[in-house]
Amino acid sequence: MSTTDVLRGPGEDALAAERRELTATWSGRGGFVGWMASVDHKSIAKRYIVTALAFFALGGAGALTMRLQLARPDNGLLGPDLYNQMFTMHGTTMMFLFAVPIMEAIGLYFVPLMVGTRNVAYPRLNALGYWTYLIGGLFLWGSFFAGSGPDTGWFSYAPLSETLFSPGKRVDIWAQTVTFTEIAALIAAVEIIVTVFKLRAPGMTLNRIPLFVWSMLVTAFMVLFAMSTVATASVMLALDRLVDTHFFRPATGGDALLWQHLFWFFGHPEVYIIFLPATGMVSTVLPAFTRRPVFGYTILVFALLITGFLSFALWVHHMLATGIPHHGSSFYTTASVMIALPSGIQVFCWIATIWTGRPVFRTPLLFVLGFLVLFVLGGLTGVMVAAIPFDLQVHDTYFVVAHFHYVLIGGAVFPLFAAIYYWYPKVTGRMLSERLGRWNFWLLFAGFNLTFFPMHILGLMGMPRRVYTYREALEWGDLNLLATAGALVLALGVALFVLNVVMSLGSGERAADNPWDADTLEWSTASPPPPYNFHPLPGVDGRSPAWSRPEELPRVTGLATGSREMLVTTALDARPDSCNEPPGPTIWPFVTALAVGVTFIGSVFTPWGFVVGMLLLLPPLVAWGWPRGKREETGTSPEAA
Amino acid sequence: MQSALNPGGPQAELIARESGWLLGMGASVFAVTMAALAYAALHRRRAADPQSANPSIARWVAAALALTIAVLLTNVVVDMRTGRALADLPDRARPDALTIEVTGHQWWWEIEYEHADPSRRLTTANELHIPVGRPVKIELRSADVIHSFWVPGLHGKRDLIPGYSRPLWIQADHAGVFRGQCAEFCGDQHANMALLVIATAPADFARWYAAQLLPARAPADAAARVGQRVFLANACVLCHTIRGTPAGGRVAPDLTHLASRRSLAAGTLPNTPPHRRAWVLDPQGIKPGVRMPAMILPARDAEALFAYLDGLQ
Repeated sequence: MSTTDVLRGPGEDALAAERRELTATWSGRGGFVGWMASVDHKSIAKRYIVTALAFFALGGAGALTMRLQLARPDNGLLGPDLYNQMFTMHGTTMMFLFAVPIMEAIGLYFVPLMVGTRNVAYPRLNALGYWTYLIGGLFLWGSFFAGSGPDTGWFSYAPLSETLFSPGKRVDIWAQTVTFTEIAALIAAVEIIVTVFKLRAPGMTLNRIPLFVWSMLVTAFMVLFAMSTVATASVMLALDRLVDTHFFRPATGGDALLWQHLFWFFGHPEVYIIFLPATGMVSTVLPAFTRRPVFGYTILVFALLITGFLSFALWVHHMLATGIPHHGSSFYTTASVMIALPSGIQVFCWIATIWTGRPVFRTPLLFVLGFLVLFVLGGLTGVMVAAIPFDLQVHDTYFVVAHFHYVLIGGAVFPLFAAIYYWYPKVTGRMLSERLGRWNFWLLFAGFNLTFFPMHILGLMGMPRRVYTYREALEWGDLNLLATAGALVLALGVALFVLNVVMSLGSGERAADNPWDADTLEWSTASPPPPYNFHPLPGVDGRSPAWSRPEELPRVTGLATGSREMLVTTALDARPDSCNEPPGPTIWPFVTALAVGVTFIGSVFTPWGFVVGMLLLLPPLVAWGWPRGKREETGTSPEAA
Repeated sequence: MQSALNPGGPQAELIARESGWLLGMGASVFAVTMAALAYAALHRRRAADPQSANPSIARWVAAALALTIAVLLTNVVVDMRTGRALADLPDRARPDALTIEVTGHQWWWEIEYEHADPSRRLTTANELHIPVGRPVKIELRSADVIHSFWVPGLHGKRDLIPGYSRPLWIQADHAGVFRGQCAEFCGDQHANMALLVIATAPADFARWYAAQLLPARAPADAAARVGQRVFLANACVLCHTIRGTPAGGRVAPDLTHLASRRSLAAGTLPNTPPHRRAWVLDPQGIKPGVRMPAMILPARDAEALFAYLDGLQ
């Protein structure tokens, strides 16, 4: 049957019938257990996104409390114990429970849609990733509310984090949370890599992959190397504390600097793991609101790849004050300066896109423009701190706090907001309010600059990070008060965002399939997408498939509708290769995650936690992998029309 | 007082000069990029313009790229030159260079002046006196966790890492008080771990040094004599040293000339008699988590103790 047959006349009924059957095939089971058992990438990604935003709110509330404490010199709102827990929770939450997960979650939602397939590569593993992440996050915040929040910073430098200086269980809780969330991050990375390489729509050759998908692919590879390093480090720290290994204890032959090397070998790529998906969002949002394809597709892809590689070559610039010899550190300085180049290229390409396009000033574009302003500023202070002598002055001061909030909030959260305003209609079928969106943008933009710009000056005036109070005579009071006022404006902006999201869910304007007239594949299916994503499955003949007329697009036919079938294509030029039948919904990934939880939480208290946990892991893993039985051959093989 | 913007010595001066270049570079690149962005977003478009029909845009991007590479390379060169100049700065040939060992503790600074003659070695705390114009080599060590020595008016920071020791050279070009503060998070009272560097004319420094070398003054009156006994009979003696008395604890600041110092508890309080009283009676209220326990003393003993401490000039 050819495509035109499908689309014409009586074919419509046949198509509708196929879609009904596909809905039945790809829907999860009903009820609470059915909900828990879902392996649909969209349901799991939505949970991920909502959870990550909840942690964002918690981490933000922590930040606000710290700002209130610092508003005046010698303030007594928070004592050192609570303050130190606050900034540890803030950093740990924002990095491990918000920024990385939400980027990966949006990837898990949109990568399959943008490459035109029905689910991620390993749907059950995907569910395990989410549940592990959720348990890890709840464990951390549960411990905090139980009065045992970690208090050695999100970087937990040894030997401060060793039992001698941090008795109790706080650091163990931190270390295990890190391991938890890194398992989830690694799982998401594997999902994305295999989905991108093997499940692309026919015709989506490497040079037609949407830039957001490229950015998630590069990010996923970075996650593989970076997260495995920090998970190793956090396990070593847990072992030091639990069974007295001596990895990081100088007094018994361990090395305090080893921890820093392992941590920053992860910690610096981490910044780009957060930032690269954001660049993908920018490159995706821009074409829809400038009415042209993004300028310099190929250069942008190379910029992503170069950034990915270089980001592993500059971790030592977090350690310049440790007294690394001059020759060694100048290598890292050069790498740190050079990484500005791919970022610069990206900025120029985006400006060129706007320059030659016809900007439509809707909320997503406002956030992209805000991003460009803030990110350029943060990038430039980044080039400044790469210079060793200057860094020796501003390292661990509020100058650096300002710098990385400009790159992380300006460079990643602003694009994230752009992406949420842009993709919300696709996910929910409703538009967000444009009016509230504009207020949301301007409050965030003004509040952000009020909060963080003064911190540059505070840093140069000598204010170190991670201090719970300061003397009046140091004259840091006024700028700190300004920053706190800015933080309140920022919080108001976030509150408006929450209001907009919640209100629009029920009463927002109904969204068409492609309300922005955007160019990528996810816009060629319904809003919200049906459980099977597409039918018929799309083929691709260019970089902007949704800007082609539907009847011009090639279609995939021949996949079964009565059972779950996905088309596997070749890695480089996406030719149809084989048919894959992914596993359906099951509760076992959730039970496995519970067993993983028992392992990690138990081993905070006793090494036996590992033994018990491993035994508990056995049954769910066996049940998970239990043979499904062979289905009758359908005899058809897929083909691209 | 604690600002990188007011350099008081050659090292800080070099860094401040580099900072000036970097700030200028950053501000100009930002201004140019923002102008381009504003033009890109707001310039008038002719209705007939077909999409992306602007061949010159590729040239503009290439030019911006070339400019970026030039700026970045200049940055690397400036950075290398400043780094080398900093490394060459301490005039190691000068025989009068002073060597001071600074040891970080949770949450105070132990300061030990090196001297070839052991009887002229001097131990004090939280207050570093240096002579103007003389290079000073600071050997940094840590007794517990990682700290960072940072006096912005004199130099950038350098970490104190247990198991490692690396020197930092500083020099003050004019007399003055430079405040510094621990710059690596080191636990509960990281915020209250400050130190003062007091640069004085060489003659004043020599006088100060000679006075500090002397053992503690004998108690001047009956109350102070009682106070000394209170000190020696209580827990104070387990941690603190007062030279010239049996008190020889090494885990807390040397108190031999306590009253001559400007601040108390590593920059937490000004060192005045009322603050000293408040501190001894309730250190945990003032600096929560500090290693010093509250001294629970009968009022008469406490008064005597304070009289004794006030006399430790």
